[in-house]
Amino acid sequence: MRALFFRDLRLALRAGGGFGLGLAFFLIVVVLVPFSVGAEAALLSRIAPGVLWLGALLACLLSLDRLLAVDWEDGALDLLATSPLPLEGIVAVKAAAHWVTTGLPLVVVAPVLGVLLNLPVSGYAVLVLSLALGTPALSMIGAFGAALTVGIKRGGLLLSLLVLPLYVPTLIFGAEAARRAADGLDAGTPLMLLAGVSGAVLACMPFAAGAVLRVNLR
Amino acid sequence: MDLTVTDLAVGRGGVPLLAGVSFVLSPGRALVLRGPNGSGKTTLLRTIAGLQPALAGQIAGTDERIAYAAHADGLKAALTVAENLAFWAAVFGQTETRAAVAAFDLEGLVGRRAGALSAGQKRRLGLARLMVTGRPIWVLDEPTVSLDTASVARFADAVRAHLAGGGMALMATHIDLGIEAEVLDVAGFQAQAAALEQVDEAFL
Repeated sequence: MRALFFRDLRLALRAGGGFGLGLAFFLIVVVLVPFSVGAEAALLSRIAPGVLWLGALLACLLSLDRLLAVDWEDGALDLLATSPLPLEGIVAVKAAAHWVTTGLPLVVVAPVLGVLLNLPVSGYAVLVLSLALGTPALSMIGAFGAALTVGIKRGGLLLSLLVLPLYVPTLIFGAEAARRAADGLDAGTPLMLLAGVSGAVLACMPFAAGAVLRVNLR
Repeated sequence: MDLTVTDLAVGRGGVPLLAGVSFVLSPGRALVLRGPNGSGKTTLLRTIAGLQPALAGQIAGTDERIAYAAHADGLKAALTVAENLAFWAAVFGQTETRAAVAAFDLEGLVGRRAGALSAGQKRRLGLARLMVTGRPIWVLDEPTVSLDTASVARFADAVRAHLAGGGMALMATHIDLGIEAEVLDVAGFQAQAAALEQVDEAFL
């Protein structure tokens, strides 16, 4: 398991691995927002939590189609399936590596981009906390989607269509928590619901993804 | 422990390909599958490796004992030869890779990225992966593709050494490796499969 995790990290960091792609995408989306809605500070600070959450979600989506497809194309997935590692564990570890290379950098840069959007001071801590709680679920749901579409040529678009509706609960509670905190309200309830959604996803999705993968490998 | 296959039926995409396949493979022995393209050799090997369910019949003695090698080697172009081997060794709970490197003449290539290898060198690395798994049953699908004569001989030596150490090898190949092996022609099992009804694999 550990070997697979570190191999995925190493592959992501080497040439062509796509590390930083999601981060750059997040940056560009957030920078484009003032161009499209206007640079009025009051408006920007009102929409900042939602924009940051939506940007993070889309950036997360960007690298999902490579999560399992690369290993499937070069035959490594077949070989992993015949190894002592359970398929559920393989999917969970790959989702974890995806989070470390995609989700975690988004969490780290989100407050910096918050400054660009004039996010109110009271919103920063909860924004980071909500992203830290929510992005692992995005990676895990994405891994499930990747397992569903593995083996389909150019399945990236289909993957997005399958995964985006499943992202809705995470987006609602995550953005709501960040918005309430930015407005100076108590964000405890949406944060707890967000953590609940993430917990359920992390507990159930590896098994769903493993089962789907087992069918798709035939 | 023997690998025992009893009355096995296998299919691909819902179409039965082979039925009534039975054989016993004992430690130290090799079995070569023969048959024309599309006759079901790969499907039979994938079923025995546990990658797809059997339509009927039993496979015994394969639990956590199979090292599978198919057309694709599962190598990462961005990792070096040594890193690729070390990864597969770690996945199978092993640490020793030197014997595999030596057996397939990869010493001069260990620091090179797998993406910069030739097709034959990649294949050698893919086969060296079998040795680092420490598994007793090698299931090989056309292992000699893109190997030159010298490398085929090297591979035959590796298989012989594996068999001498109590391992087993089950392979689909068209060329004679010069290894003492039983031969199973799968063409004989195709007629029986034609009699089977089509099945929906998703519910197996």
